[in-house]
Amino acid sequence: MNTPLLETAALDVAIGGHTVCRSLDWRVMPGESWAILGRNGAGKSTLLSTVAGLREAAGGTASIAGMLVAATPPRELARVRGYLPQRSHDPFASTVLETVLVGRHPHLGRWDWESRADRRIAEQALAEVGLAGFEERDVQTLSGGERQRLGFALLLAQAPRLFLLDEPLAHLDLNHQVGQMELLAKRAAAGAAIVAVLHEPGFAARYCRHALLLFGDGSWLAGATADIVTAENLTRLYGHPMRLLTGAPHPVFIPE
Amino acid sequence: MPTRRRALLVILMLALLAAASIVLSLAVGSLAVSPAQLGAILTGEDVGLAGEVVRGLRLPRALGAFACGGLLALAGALMQVLLRNPLADPYVLGISGGAAVGALTAMMAGLALAFINLAAFAGAFAAMVLVFGLAHGDSSWTRTRLLLTGVIVAAGCGAGVALILSIAPEQKLRSMLFWLMGDASHITNPWPALAILALGLAAVLPFARELNLLARGDVLAGSLGVVVPRLKRVVYVLASLFTAVAVTTAGSIGFIGLVVPHLVRLAVGNDQRLLLPAAALAGGSLLVLADTLARTVVAPQQLPVGVLTALLGVPVFLFLLSRQSGRHA
Repeated sequence: MNTPLLETAALDVAIGGHTVCRSLDWRVMPGESWAILGRNGAGKSTLLSTVAGLREAAGGTASIAGMLVAATPPRELARVRGYLPQRSHDPFASTVLETVLVGRHPHLGRWDWESRADRRIAEQALAEVGLAGFEERDVQTLSGGERQRLGFALLLAQAPRLFLLDEPLAHLDLNHQVGQMELLAKRAAAGAAIVAVLHEPGFAARYCRHALLLFGDGSWLAGATADIVTAENLTRLYGHPMRLLTGAPHPVFIPE
Repeated sequence: MPTRRRALLVILMLALLAAASIVLSLAVGSLAVSPAQLGAILTGEDVGLAGEVVRGLRLPRALGAFACGGLLALAGALMQVLLRNPLADPYVLGISGGAAVGALTAMMAGLALAFINLAAFAGAFAAMVLVFGLAHGDSSWTRTRLLLTGVIVAAGCGAGVALILSIAPEQKLRSMLFWLMGDASHITNPWPALAILALGLAAVLPFARELNLLARGDVLAGSLGVVVPRLKRVVYVLASLFTAVAVTTAGSIGFIGLVVPHLVRLAVGNDQRLLLPAAALAGGSLLVLADTLARTVVAPQQLPVGVLTALLGVPVFLFLLSRQSGRHA
């Protein structure tokens, strides 16, 4: 359990020649929850897809569970890390159950078909995100929030040890936002590691022990949420004065 | 979600349909052949004129039509996955346009059938390489770029075809039009197309589940372990090859490549492991039946089969589509 699930060494991430993250040294251990915070265009999603192995780094390396991302076959990576992309559209009709079963792909051999056990895993994943009974619905008829939870169920069926989530709370109602974060906390307690791009610093402070702040000019700050998610840092991060409300049961940051 | 058993059952039924359609096409025509006679002919006992007609004319034509229909349906299903676009068909990227320019140029020059076929294949291949090279230029291989490049090349080929048609001598126009609409009457040797169909299916089936993922998007497919750029290249080359072989064999028959994958998708779902073989069998059967109709419905005159595939395919497709939308409501 002492190998970091995610580790970067002097990682550079660039978008169109502009370096948004310079020389990132970062370790995510099993059981840890990390929030990535930053402005629009600060490179949060780009960093996430880079460490996921879906995009080439501009420099440096990333490793997942000790395997160099750039040198590991995608299929092997897919058994260890799950990646929740921002919302995608579905040009073809497909049922909810079929969509969740897609998550079993990396665990099946070339000629295997999904077994009864795979089906059970998929149904359980649907139940966990509150979509039990939706199995035969066409994904094209789902609402934005339901589609988002379906994407998360797919990830649960994939059963990775490292969850990389790009805006997992987008389109969700408040109750489902809390539900989603608690589900993630449960996975972390079971030894998985969570890395989530979030837009709400309060949620980051409440549910994630660690945070990575991306300032968009290449500089970054990583550490315990309690130390670095402060009104002062958030003011610099968002380029707008932020204030911590005291007296609430959880940290609440509001823009001035 | 089909299970493996259900998939095998569906494929078995479609294989029986394919066999039945071929038997029917052998028996029907200006010279009717009884089932008993047919059995004798196929086991090699010569029965005079009937044997000649069936073995020399109808069998190659039926098998060739089957292979072309199967190849077009397979290519259409692959293109729809590759472009993630339900409106894609085997011709959308200009393959048939290139073949048409090649074939019509050869007809214009008055070359023999073998050279017309050769020219058609050369044209298809040239279009494929051109689109591939241009779309691959910056190695990004986005779907929009591929689609736009293909559509522009197809438009250029369309202009070439229009030019040839407008300067072609009167007596050559009819055969040119038949080629453009798709016509199975020239098929003498169906074996190359059949072999490509069989080998092609064998080549794509191992990737079928990866194609399911590709249809859901590059990012999802990549994150679940698919080597996306390589898979897209393989699919592009195979779909283009299938299309080139089909149009070389029987001209640019319309609708099969667009409609059959949708028909099969509406009936059995969008799992490529079942969809690809089922589309190949259904496309082949449909083209055999359409071609049998084409040569009997206004006999002794023959219709180009492409006209009939559209006439048959459109109402069937609209019916299935309306049934589908009714189920969702």
